[in-house]
Amino acid sequence: MNAIIALAIVGPLAASGVGLLVRERHHLRDAITLMGLSATALAAIALLIDVQRNGTTVVRVGGWDPELGIVLVADQFAALILVVATLTILVVDIFAIGQRGTASTGDQTVVGPMLLVLTAGVSLAILTGDLFTLFVAFELILVSSYVLLTHQGRAAQLRSGMTYVVINLLASTLFLLGLAYVYTATRTVNIALLAERIPELDNGVRLGIGLWFLVVFGTKAAMFPLFSWLPDSYPTAPTTVTAVFAGLLTKIGVYVMIRFHTLTGMDDLGPVILVAAGLTMLVGVAGALAQNDVKRILSFHVVSQIGYMLMGLGLFSVAGVAGAVLFLVHQIPVKTVMFLVGGLIEDDQGNSSLDKVGGLAARRPIIAVLFAIPALSLAGIPPFSGFVAKLSLIDAGINAGSVAIVVVALVASMFTLLSMSKIWLGVFWREPTPPSEPASSKASKRMMNGATMAAVAGTLAVVALAGPLWNMSEEIARDLLDGQTYINEVLGTDRGGVASP
Amino acid sequence: MSAALIAAVAALVGSGVYLITSRSLSRIVLGFSLLGHSAVLALLAAGGSAGAPPIVGSSDRAPSDPLPQAFSLTAIVISFGLTLFVLALASRQRQLTGDDLVEDDVEDRRVAQLSSKPADDRAGETA
Repeated sequence: MNAIIALAIVGPLAASGVGLLVRERHHLRDAITLMGLSATALAAIALLIDVQRNGTTVVRVGGWDPELGIVLVADQFAALILVVATLTILVVDIFAIGQRGTASTGDQTVVGPMLLVLTAGVSLAILTGDLFTLFVAFELILVSSYVLLTHQGRAAQLRSGMTYVVINLLASTLFLLGLAYVYTATRTVNIALLAERIPELDNGVRLGIGLWFLVVFGTKAAMFPLFSWLPDSYPTAPTTVTAVFAGLLTKIGVYVMIRFHTLTGMDDLGPVILVAAGLTMLVGVAGALAQNDVKRILSFHVVSQIGYMLMGLGLFSVAGVAGAVLFLVHQIPVKTVMFLVGGLIEDDQGNSSLDKVGGLAARRPIIAVLFAIPALSLAGIPPFSGFVAKLSLIDAGINAGSVAIVVVALVASMFTLLSMSKIWLGVFWREPTPPSEPASSKASKRMMNGATMAAVAGTLAVVALAGPLWNMSEEIARDLLDGQTYINEVLGTDRGGVASP
Repeated sequence: MSAALIAAVAALVGSGVYLITSRSLSRIVLGFSLLGHSAVLALLAAGGSAGAPPIVGSSDRAPSDPLPQAFSLTAIVISFGLTLFVLALASRQRQLTGDDLVEDDVEDRRVAQLSSKPADDRAGETA
């Protein structure tokens, strides 16, 4: 299994190198990209099956002791999110290849290789067992995302790219300063060792570390009040790029936050996280209602949905964290699919503004269906995946006695439905508008529709597997909140009395 | 020693953040470099007091902690690469607009102006 963990990180990086070398030969480059991404996805699936059967796998890179070296940890949580993430990127790449034949996109030479670098970064961020490697993984993700965001060099992309780059540079610096802080306090950056040592720290230092990393990861996750960069930068990027960003980048922030804050026992930050969660939901959805362009509306919904995951984390109960994990699994494919549909609309009409587009339901019924399923899922209408995830969160909230956050979550859901209806009225009903000229070729349309359908099928699979996924989420939540399981798995139980002071 | 380092970190973070809030990308690059330096200094301070070079058998004194130094090196390399990227962005922006200022989001301005219009004006627009 060690080789498979390494493959999930090194594989895409190697493929991206080869892809860049042959970047001018489109078919070869696309084939290499697809192969690299499929291999990573298969590795992730193999890892999940293995973790289910034999438990957590820990790789000590170079054989170093966890005190000094890098450890990669594939536990259930990591393997589950890794599968969802890699499959999502694979689908988006198929969409991107289909899109290459269309008029609107321009130069796509580096998209495939950069998606591979992004995949390597995402795998590393998910699998890593120490905070410094996490920092490196974030940088890997960010560098590839900077290129993906700005590589076409258009004025609007440059403008929004700058905001994105600057805010993320600042967040990275804060991350480094936080690392110095943690290292001074605990003499380690290994997450398992931190899970042991942080709870023993002085209360002020401990909460300081918790709040500091809440800000660092909250900026990545677009938590209120650190979200304003997201709706600013996402809409201008090419569709495929936005789809990956919306589906994955913020969710990686949430994933890391769930892992770090539960394992290090930051329960007393719960109220702070809950307040931020409620405001994130409300401000996000209010922003969405004010917008008039499909991609901008969806960008604000990215922010709003982050609030639900934070809500589950903020409850710090098994049901709450399990709900957050399930929500994460539901949210990655749903968000991606919504932006892919936004891309289909743009491909057909030349833009995605609600004022200029209309009547697509009559002309392109497939797009309408592909939009309706994830839209209802996003709003939490049964029987779609959003309903299952939201139900578990609301249930956890009621059980924990946090009525206020439950009310906020329900209100935000209602507004989400309202805003989805706004898109439906604007884009799919009314008088049909003429399609943009020249229309894309049949082949690329088929490929783009196919990729979107695959992603929709993914969201439906979350519903079909809701039972097993819920059990898995509950187990993950129990292990995270307990912490001792993770510590024993990473450090080994035979540490000759080091564990018991 | 440590107090001086921490004061330097504070000064660098202060000036760095001030520069980053500017609209001109060249100032932002400078600010970001200062912030990068501050992080490296903070990591060094995290390593504790200085000792002998951390090479086995080179000295009898207690060695410095090598881990923060490894972190610093990685951080320096990353911030070097990113500085170049931001400079490239600034250069491209200059090609497009003649300066390197970060501009307003036009669509965002439009949405913000909606709320400042009189109510009857807006009603006529949506009808």
